[in-house]
Amino acid sequence: MSIAAPLRSKLITPTTLVLLALAAVGFYFLLERFLYGLGAVANINQGYPWGIWVVFDVIIGTAIGCGGFAMALLVYVFNRGDYHPLMRPALLSGLFGYTLGAVAVMFDLGRYWHVYNLLLPWHAQPNSVMYEVALCVMAYVVVLWMEFSPAFLEGRAAGGFRRFVDRWMWAIVALGVLLPTMHQSSLGSMLLVMGYKLSPLWFTLWLPALFVISALMMGYGIVMFEATVVSRSFGLPSHRALISKLSVVVGLITVAWLALRWGDLYARHVLAFACVVSVRVVMFWIENALFLAAALIFIVPAWRAGRRASFLGAVALLAGGSLYRLDAYLIGYTPVTHWSYFPSVPELMVTIGMIALEVLLYLVFIKTLPVLHGRPARR
Amino acid sequence: MSEVDRRDFLKTAGFATAATAAPVEAAIPRSPKQISPEAVGMLYDSTLCNGCKACMSACKMANNMPADAVPESLSGWNKGTWDSPEDLSGRTLNVIRLYRNGAAEVKDREIDGYAFVKRHCLHCVDPSCVSVCPVGAMSKDPASGIVSYDPDVCIGCRYCAYGCPFGVPQFDYTDPFGKIAKCQFCVHLQKQGKIPACCDVCPTGASLFGPVKELEQEIGRRLAAAPGTPYAFARGKIGGDRPPNESTIPHYTKAVYGEHEAGGTQVRYLAGVPFPDLGLPKVGSQSPASIAEGMQHTLYHWLIAPIVAFAGLAFLARRNMAHGRPDDEPKS
Repeated sequence: MSIAAPLRSKLITPTTLVLLALAAVGFYFLLERFLYGLGAVANINQGYPWGIWVVFDVIIGTAIGCGGFAMALLVYVFNRGDYHPLMRPALLSGLFGYTLGAVAVMFDLGRYWHVYNLLLPWHAQPNSVMYEVALCVMAYVVVLWMEFSPAFLEGRAAGGFRRFVDRWMWAIVALGVLLPTMHQSSLGSMLLVMGYKLSPLWFTLWLPALFVISALMMGYGIVMFEATVVSRSFGLPSHRALISKLSVVVGLITVAWLALRWGDLYARHVLAFACVVSVRVVMFWIENALFLAAALIFIVPAWRAGRRASFLGAVALLAGGSLYRLDAYLIGYTPVTHWSYFPSVPELMVTIGMIALEVLLYLVFIKTLPVLHGRPARR
Repeated sequence: MSEVDRRDFLKTAGFATAATAAPVEAAIPRSPKQISPEAVGMLYDSTLCNGCKACMSACKMANNMPADAVPESLSGWNKGTWDSPEDLSGRTLNVIRLYRNGAAEVKDREIDGYAFVKRHCLHCVDPSCVSVCPVGAMSKDPASGIVSYDPDVCIGCRYCAYGCPFGVPQFDYTDPFGKIAKCQFCVHLQKQGKIPACCDVCPTGASLFGPVKELEQEIGRRLAAAPGTPYAFARGKIGGDRPPNESTIPHYTKAVYGEHEAGGTQVRYLAGVPFPDLGLPKVGSQSPASIAEGMQHTLYHWLIAPIVAFAGLAFLARRNMAHGRPDDEPKS
């Protein structure tokens, strides 16, 4: 088996320059936000206090960052060591998904200079689902960096930190599975307080289960997506056999998720809501169609064998999971008075800038640190 | 699906029983909270309100809130000189809104009529904002039941605004150091022995302050009296010494808003037109906070589930790593 090595290709390329430019535009609008207030940049309003900075950067972004969670569960808990080559790239994308999600929280918070109150025990409010999410995500960001730290430490003299990480890696890995299970399910529980403001197509007591399972699915989705894109872009050997094997597992999880979702809709007698024509109902159907497409691509043997199958399936999963979150938090939500919301261009540019920064950092890390397996194609 | 979609849907598909299935009357709510015996509240009687908006300007002055203008797109006639908020906002704690239908000829009539409604915090018995706030910046006084806000603790996450069933807490997006705004029953005036500014200035008694128990009795008397009966409507504070507003009992809808909504609120509404027309949302009687907290307390009871899960995961991870050093690359 091969070992992980840095790609060592050039850092400055047209791609990285474009990404850098996008990140710079995002930072410009963030500066405006801090100087003139949230309303100067974002379209959030009296009816929609949460916009895409919360829903895309945090709710969706962290789910896309669940690759490390999903692979750790498979490799270490279910003892499938053969998937190990996919572990580090998965952790790396999680590292940036979560770290930048936490950064996004900071600029979305209206009174960010008080954020430390979350850590002061006398302000703790354990009834709040968000309190649980906040602590759990903070802890998980630390855990992710520790899980990934061997990539930095490899080949260096064994210092105290390295000994600590080596010795306790089993506990770090266990936390790396437990914490995302907790906060990804809580991202679903956060909606349980919404009551009638959330359409019954999304409001259910099963929200925590639907959120954590779909986060797992999106985690596997991003692993398959990256594996394809990275091996194509850098001429690395692809892990096709491994990914094809993984895709069956993911397909079955997706079927289970759909069964839970539709079983619950049926049991609550709300399927009738899916039969009217409105924007949110169309979104509901697109969401489910994407999940179904992913499940079929992964399970039907003839389709799975296709050259682009795992890539297309992964894209369907990521799109379906993202849309599910967008719907549950914004599109399926009805404010009390007649406000509407669509993100402004500056608001979108901030989110695009964050994504660009994430991809940029990912590229820098795989080029300079031992993350990917296979012969680096020197250019 | 919005309320409108829902109604259209009911009309066209006739799936009434299926579609009215309440979204949440379910399994795991924690027990509901009870109203404090000393709770103070407000009765807003829409039929007495003449839309003078004295309560709005009194509220602004009493709470030092800046003027608020209509949205820029509508502001051709008013560039912000006049206080003219359209809705609650980071600068407006209390707003009078108008319902109008057709020719808008008769007050308190649903068809071809009009009516006023006053919107501000309802001071829920089991408030969602208090339940969702991660740092305890929202709190409910155990005796008076007043829900108040502490900007020195608030982190500005706006979960209270997102979660409130009545759309009350509002963040000021125009200020880089903005904060949440919501009615706190003029608690600072109450400490001086005064009553909330809106009730103090209301000329007709449409906004009436007092202990919730006494307000409930008053509501009972108004609903029991036949329309047209002469009636002395108290002004300011119930049981106070102000001369009442001598008028007659109107045609009430015979419903009280706030008695059961979201587990009950300390502000109650009487009206001559149905409450949804006034923009008061249809809210179930179960408090949303009790559902979210019920789930959370079930999953995280004494942290037993996470601790057991951690033990199991740690055991498996340790066993599965024992073969090599899986934190590093497999050396093969």
